[in-house]
Amino acid sequence: MIKFTIRRLLITFPQLVLLSVLVFFMGSLMPGDALSGLIDPSIPAEAIEARREALGLNNPWYIQYRDWVVAMFQGDFGQSIFHQRPVMDVIGSRLMNTIWLSVFSVIIIYVIGIPLGLISGRYKDSLLDSVITGYTYLGFATPTFVFGLVVLWIFGYHFGVFPTNGSVGAGLEPGSVDYILSKINHLILPSFSIALIGLVGTVQYLRSGVIEAQQKDYVMLARAKGVKQVSLYLKHIFRNAIIPIAAFFGYELVGLLGGSIFIEWVYAYPGMGALFLESIETRDFSVANVLILFYGFLTIVGALLSDIILSIVDPRIRIK
Amino acid sequence: MSNEFLEIKDLKIHFPIKGGFFNTVKDHVKAVDGVNISIPKGTTYGLVGESGSGKTTTGKAVMGLNDITEGEIFFRGEKLSGKGKKVGVNRDIQMIFQDPYSSLNVRKRVFDIIAEPLKNYESHSKNELIEEVLKLLERVGLPPGSLYKFPHEFSGGQRQRIGVARAIALNPKLIIADEPVSALDVSVQAQVLNFMQEIQQDMDLTMLFIAHDLGVVRHMCQHIGIMYHGRLVEEGTAEEIFNNPQHIYTKRLIAAIPDTNVEKVESNLKLRQQIKEEYDQHFAEYLDDEGRAFPLQAISDTHKVALPVKG
Amino acid sequence: MAKHLLEVNNLTTSFKIDGEYFPAVDDVNMLIRENEVLALVGESGSGKSATAFSLMGLHSHARVSGEVLFQEQDLLKNNERKMNKIRGGNIAMIFQDPMTALNPLMKIKHQILETLTIHNTKRKSEREAYTIELLDRVGIPRPERVANAYPHELSGGMRQRVVIAIAIANRPKLLIADEPTTALDVTIQAQILDLIRELQDDLGSGVLLITHDLGVVAEMADRVAVMYAGQIVEVAPVKELFTNPQHPYTRSLLNSLPSEELLGGKLHVIQGVVPALNKMDRDGCRFAPRIPWIGPEAHEHKPELREIAPGHQVRCTCYKNFYLDNSIDQKDMERRVEAGQMDGKKGASVSNE
Repeated sequence: MIKFTIRRLLITFPQLVLLSVLVFFMGSLMPGDALSGLIDPSIPAEAIEARREALGLNNPWYIQYRDWVVAMFQGDFGQSIFHQRPVMDVIGSRLMNTIWLSVFSVIIIYVIGIPLGLISGRYKDSLLDSVITGYTYLGFATPTFVFGLVVLWIFGYHFGVFPTNGSVGAGLEPGSVDYILSKINHLILPSFSIALIGLVGTVQYLRSGVIEAQQKDYVMLARAKGVKQVSLYLKHIFRNAIIPIAAFFGYELVGLLGGSIFIEWVYAYPGMGALFLESIETRDFSVANVLILFYGFLTIVGALLSDIILSIVDPRIRIK
Repeated sequence: MSNEFLEIKDLKIHFPIKGGFFNTVKDHVKAVDGVNISIPKGTTYGLVGESGSGKTTTGKAVMGLNDITEGEIFFRGEKLSGKGKKVGVNRDIQMIFQDPYSSLNVRKRVFDIIAEPLKNYESHSKNELIEEVLKLLERVGLPPGSLYKFPHEFSGGQRQRIGVARAIALNPKLIIADEPVSALDVSVQAQVLNFMQEIQQDMDLTMLFIAHDLGVVRHMCQHIGIMYHGRLVEEGTAEEIFNNPQHIYTKRLIAAIPDTNVEKVESNLKLRQQIKEEYDQHFAEYLDDEGRAFPLQAISDTHKVALPVKG
Repeated sequence: MAKHLLEVNNLTTSFKIDGEYFPAVDDVNMLIRENEVLALVGESGSGKSATAFSLMGLHSHARVSGEVLFQEQDLLKNNERKMNKIRGGNIAMIFQDPMTALNPLMKIKHQILETLTIHNTKRKSEREAYTIELLDRVGIPRPERVANAYPHELSGGMRQRVVIAIAIANRPKLLIADEPTTALDVTIQAQILDLIRELQDDLGSGVLLITHDLGVVAEMADRVAVMYAGQIVEVAPVKELFTNPQHPYTRSLLNSLPSEELLGGKLHVIQGVVPALNKMDRDGCRFAPRIPWIGPEAHEHKPELREIAPGHQVRCTCYKNFYLDNSIDQKDMERRVEAGQMDGKKGASVSNE
């Protein structure tokens, strides 16, 4: 188990290097450099050249790359061209917002999706199953942002029960109970919008997993042992059916971290997705670049997380 | 140069095992580890062994489906193999697979399945192809109406016939039959066995018949080789193997076959018990330090056994 | 004479094909005595596995009727709760494919402990030790280690031993073995058959052995029931069946095996295919289409199973004048038969459910 995890971690390392090199070159391909935004036509060319030299912009690419990586480890992700502030400052609070939104959504997805999937598979072809399956078809057909808009209109404007923009009410003391409640209140609509559409995949996967597991020989053997329905489902069917879902957890979480762009936009929720759209709109490449790096990093970490979870839940994966 | 139709010389096929921290090649599975087989023209050679013995790997190597680590394969006196790679695909060597359910592409019609090798090697007009395929269907005893049906519309035995029709489409000279009847019911098995014999006589085929069912092998083959752990432990005519087995492994294998002769059940069980005891006591002596059989020694013109080498 | 252990009367199990129910097990009667091995023989689609699953009440989508009398109760009338007490308790089952019969996520010992717990065998504190004992009993070397292993760490033969350990854990009175050795190598098969024989002696239980391998039947069975297209067509003590087979199907089957006398010669081929569930004439002799050289007058309408000698029963009258005919041009024959039945296969496969 530990060996597997360590090996898996080691594989992650070259992946990260490759990712960072790619992002670095993408960054250098973009028009302009760190000085372009600061240049004033009145500054003499020699002065600019001297600045370039001092900033290391004339160094060979591998030195520049090294400096860039070292700077990142020191928390320096560069300067936002648009905001004229360090990128880290720009991303900082947004990052937390997105993490909150994703974690909330994932919890809702599993809390609602897993029971629905299990029930739907367990009572295959019943009325309940038809309703659930019908819902999943609808969910597949509906784009998240459309659903988000509808939810926003109904609960935000029509009934007015939830806030329609932002991540927290104005004028609240950070850390106070009211502040936290307000945060949660702001999260409810966007996270449900994401989750209610996002969970249909989980439901369908689980449903077919349960149906498949029901016909396995080991389930027959369990029945032949006299195992009761309840434990038959709990110990033999659900556990086997849930493995792919558990293994998908890492991807799911990461997918949400990167994939909530449209919902953040619909709810004017100040998260990373909204920032990403913004940075592209304003051609703030230094921010966009860091976000791409960040999303890439998350994907790698998500895969890592999934593999480790899989090795915990499925003994067949644990390599000797 | 040799007079044998198919000659496998000192064939070794080793698969790497990856493992350890960096997933490097730790060791090799010696799936086939020094096998010599020669098959005279027009005869059937039965290659018998339990799962994992390397019999299928050997067959696939002749078909060019496995990399060869060492050794040579001669077909009609010509060398097929190159060290470290697969032998070239030869249109005169064809294979019949174990499971007629999974070896046929379920999305293709019978016509396309059987015509595929013809298309690969020969140029025919569509009409000529249909003509050819109809002839093949006739030959394997399927009605012409099968032409545009899908594999799932046939029974197991019929599917195996489709597999055979595809295998003989190019008029091959050598057939590798890998467990051709082990997925079939007894009555269907009889059908396919009869029919393979017919085809063999009609087309003067040479056959490498890979199977684990000794009864079937005895029925079909003139020569039999018994494989254990990548090597042959005994080789001889069907008569020699069944009536005068010398290697303890062969003895045990033969004693393990359940016999339908109810009068002999008691004595068979006793014999099996006796041989099992002998096997438990002495099997280790029949193996070298690596747990593999010793080189074969001839005990008659046709009969070879991997007897222990003393010292 | 030993006591009756299991009595099956008019067992009929039907499966739904295109909205209609068709019997895959059709009015089957059988009897298993204590300490007796009854072999149920037939080809795929004959209904033998469907019979076994019906006895255990394991079909979820079938209509089952008739009587299955075991220890003075009709199992078919039992509710699920009562059945669960019997399943794995007094009636246990061994499955065909050891590679898929064990839960891949559970340690071996937990899979055995589960059946001990359900049937309340042994005191709680003794169960773990008994698990090791069971593994040892079925010939597993280093049972302590195997107990803590997962199924994928064991070979096929070892897994089948575990499946058998689970089956015998509660000392069943009746053991149903559904093709217990079909997936195994011949030397492993011999070991597993030895084991079953030994355990049966030990426990004095009755065994229903389902197989298509006539060699296994000859070795293991006390009596044999031959099944064809959902019906039992012949029942006889094992020696009688092999030395004096009567029903055309039994005789054809025995003749289709490669034998010492026939080395390299033509094997007998049974023409045609097993009829599909939804495409068979249920009133006539079901084997008649496959022996067309026997005229219709030789068969009876709604053939019955009749005793022709003590303990020897045969269905239909056609056995009286039956002879094996290999003279008909086989290819021609098959073409005729197959052309008519080619699309029937789909229905038959349902019975393997």
